[in-house]
Amino acid sequence: MGAYDLFRLFFPYILSGISIGGQYALIAIGYSMVYSILRLINFAHGDVFMVGGLFMVFAAATFPLWVAIPLVVFLIVLLGFTIERVAYKPLRTAPRMSVMISAIGVSYLLQNLALYFTGGLNRMYPAFPWISDTISVFGVSTRRVTVITPFLVVALVFALVWLINNTKVGIAMRAAAKDFDTAQLMGIKINSVISTTFIIGSFLAAIGSILFFTNFPAVFPAAGAMPGLKAFVAAVFGGIGSIPGAVIGGLLIGIVETVIRGADITLGPTGLGLFNRSLDIAAFSDAFTFVLLVIVLVFRPTGLFGDKPTDKV
Amino acid sequence: MKKLSVGNSISILVLIIFFVLTIVLEQFIAPTDRMNMLLVCLRQGSIFALLAVAMNLLNGFTGLFSLGHAGFMLIGATTYALFSMPLAERSIVFTWFSDSYVIRISFPEVLGNLLGGPGMIIGMLISIILAGLVTAAFAFLVGLPVLRMRSDYLAIATLGFAEIIRAIIMWQGLGPVTNAGNPLRSFTRTADLNVTIGGQTFGLITFTLAFLSAVCIFIIFLLVTSSYGRAFKAIREDEIAAEAMGINLFKHKQLSFCISSFFVGVGGALLAIFMGTVAPLQFRAAMTYEFLLIVVLGGIGSITGSIVGAMLFVFASMWWLRGLDSGTFLGLDRITIFGVNLGERVFVSGFRMVVFSVIIMCIVLFFRRGLCGDKELPYYVNKLRELIARKSKPKPEAGGADA
Amino acid sequence: MPDNVLRVDDLTMQFGGVVAANNVCLEVNKSEIVALIGPNGAGKTTAFNCITGVYEPTNGRVSLNGEVIAESFPQGKMKDLYKGENRGKYTQSVKLTPDRITYRGISRTFQNVRLFKALTVFENVMIAKHMRAKQNVFSATFRLNTKEEKRMREESMALLEEQKLDHLKDHIASSLPYGLQRRLEVARALATSPSLLLLDEPAAGMNPQETQEMAEFIHEIRDRYGLTILLIEHHMGLVMQISERIYVLDFGKMIAQGTPDEIRADQRVIDAYLGVAEDAAN
Repeated sequence: MGAYDLFRLFFPYILSGISIGGQYALIAIGYSMVYSILRLINFAHGDVFMVGGLFMVFAAATFPLWVAIPLVVFLIVLLGFTIERVAYKPLRTAPRMSVMISAIGVSYLLQNLALYFTGGLNRMYPAFPWISDTISVFGVSTRRVTVITPFLVVALVFALVWLINNTKVGIAMRAAAKDFDTAQLMGIKINSVISTTFIIGSFLAAIGSILFFTNFPAVFPAAGAMPGLKAFVAAVFGGIGSIPGAVIGGLLIGIVETVIRGADITLGPTGLGLFNRSLDIAAFSDAFTFVLLVIVLVFRPTGLFGDKPTDKV
Repeated sequence: MKKLSVGNSISILVLIIFFVLTIVLEQFIAPTDRMNMLLVCLRQGSIFALLAVAMNLLNGFTGLFSLGHAGFMLIGATTYALFSMPLAERSIVFTWFSDSYVIRISFPEVLGNLLGGPGMIIGMLISIILAGLVTAAFAFLVGLPVLRMRSDYLAIATLGFAEIIRAIIMWQGLGPVTNAGNPLRSFTRTADLNVTIGGQTFGLITFTLAFLSAVCIFIIFLLVTSSYGRAFKAIREDEIAAEAMGINLFKHKQLSFCISSFFVGVGGALLAIFMGTVAPLQFRAAMTYEFLLIVVLGGIGSITGSIVGAMLFVFASMWWLRGLDSGTFLGLDRITIFGVNLGERVFVSGFRMVVFSVIIMCIVLFFRRGLCGDKELPYYVNKLRELIARKSKPKPEAGGADA
Repeated sequence: MPDNVLRVDDLTMQFGGVVAANNVCLEVNKSEIVALIGPNGAGKTTAFNCITGVYEPTNGRVSLNGEVIAESFPQGKMKDLYKGENRGKYTQSVKLTPDRITYRGISRTFQNVRLFKALTVFENVMIAKHMRAKQNVFSATFRLNTKEEKRMREESMALLEEQKLDHLKDHIASSLPYGLQRRLEVARALATSPSLLLLDEPAAGMNPQETQEMAEFIHEIRDRYGLTILLIEHHMGLVMQISERIYVLDFGKMIAQGTPDEIRADQRVIDAYLGVAEDAAN
């Protein structure tokens, strides 16, 4: 089997892996930023992403796309902001576990709301002209969104990094992430910093949701849970608080996940022929993410680019 | 023998009354009766209570924020099903693995053939305990890497392990052992728990499930109030100080983790009996969240709270709020707001869970200590007695103490 | 058999490039009260944390009653980063977790009181008894060894009575006034039946009257329980009054040692420390 055949065999998976990974990265940034400031795993973030998908289903049915897309992004940003104000802000001084429980409660509420409004039925995600078109890349047919995603992610990440490094609110965010209490003493309006963080996170999740669901058959209430968890793992893998880390973590998880999903085909009897019957390796594509998480947490608890935490005695 | 305090003796009395009621009620309520829902809720509520208390042992008493509940329940339920399914049923249940299935022993069947009716019960108990042991063994392995992590990483890692466990159980490669995610069924039926004496059948389903759960909960209660329980609480309060007082952190965390998982496994087995089928797809993170919310509802660090929380959760979501899904609820369905009739348009499938999650959110936000805080039943009994003794002014708090 | 209870040899603790304790040597003999003093950030608590196993020293050795409880040498990244002395002198790696060290007989209190806040006074003491309890989780849960549990209760009660905390037995630890919390922390440390007690600033935040009481209290527990005591303290009055010998740390280095009178007269100490302390006292 020549190099070209190998390429033909694996390229579709790597291509879609990069695309999914980019979408994970967009969600991961939201987790990472919130965690670095509040030390909170925002369990509801994945569900916000799912709600983004549902909003689009309903919005696209009533409005033209040029209205629907900005409207959905706006609503999701509003949702993220509201969740923080209602469910997390009152618990600012409570133990971290309470806030985490509140996040889980919000996640539960959003899923139940979604279940109610969809009537438990899977909703078809609308097809966007141009973005959803099928194109051919090196002989692999895919949707245009797959190719657009990596570029869009890179552009958004550059914009975000610029924002964090050069604007006043960005500096405030970094200060709050380094030392929450001192930042407050220095006159930083911590609540508006936190709100901004949630707004940015939700904005990226909304974009991620449009990209993700375009390539996904349907939206359903639990659709956000798995991508959410994976994105969090991506954030941990890259080092919580690090934006490049979240992107690299997201890409890695996306690629490996799709490659594993395709392993039965690429390595099995129809591919390289390493084994002659199906081993059902694909069953582990989700679990692999968590294996990765455990390995990272055991051997490098701060992730690839994270700071070392210190406990004072 | 130490004399029991009044609070303790009344608490014991309450429990005895509860068990007598479960037996008596079951004889009088026909399965077709509307009130049969009461029995069903009591059964499920008892099992949920055990599962919630087991989670509380870990999350509330030891302060380990673990989210692996659903995965461990699945191990328990699967183990139970595999070791209690009659041999004749296996080739049907293992549709895709009908000639290659591995586990070919059924404890209730073997002992039932040997000793008759009681043998079957012993066989069931053996399967239940085995379910607990297998779960605890898995927990031990999971605990090795996970228990050294910081609090929130522990949460996400255990959540991850629950997914890994589910993936393994659903893997085709293990199909001959686990049936690869296809539902396991036809094992113990709840009707098997009834006892027939002289042609007369006595319904003991509710009693058996509630009693088994209660025994487990009582053991956890004993553990929590023992020297080890205090050590667990010390770890929750301050790990560094606990270690400086000679408590081996890892050993005690591992102990708490394995014991809790043992009872989660037992609870999973009981749930399997209750449900009649084990479908791995049901054991997702959302299930863990539900138990976490029950624990919070009842009060983190209160066994009584977890029991009350579990009962309320089951009764509310299965029974009392049912009307919210089917269009009739306390007459509210006749109200029409802005031309929208609540009964027809709002109270449709799914609304119950929305209302329910809103209630839970309110508790999380405004009653952070839950219903019982970290106090137990005897405390509330004593409190109630004080109130009655003072009598001078009737208190509204008495209602809270009942819960 | 050496007559020193605690012996610290060439202890160096380096965090990244920062040397927090540099080549610290000290000995504490049986039944002595020894003080470790020095300006803030001199490395006193770091030394305590190395002795009790919270930190693993970068280089050096700690022994208790002649047995090594901690020994280390620069490893891994530290090989290149290490700035201290005595490289190559220690070749063993002995690492006991804090609970093992407590089991060997060193107990401690903390600079910022670390009680089990939500638990009762009695439970706080009982937890310290857990380590030496002769029961496993099974016998404890099923109450198979009620004698042992009873013994633990009685001993804890006796300890609380001696510390005059028995009437507060069922109070929640965090509800106690600060002075009593400190006393409870000492009682809890005593409950582990230590041979060596480490007190980290026992009189911090106390007024002169309370400080005086603390001085008497330390003397009293030393005599009553046959303890050896090593303490960190900033109150010079207390230190000079109760300690038999004093070690002075500055910037991680041991700059002086001796009796209170010798330390008072030592020019290096006056330069490094006492001037500052007098200012602070005024």
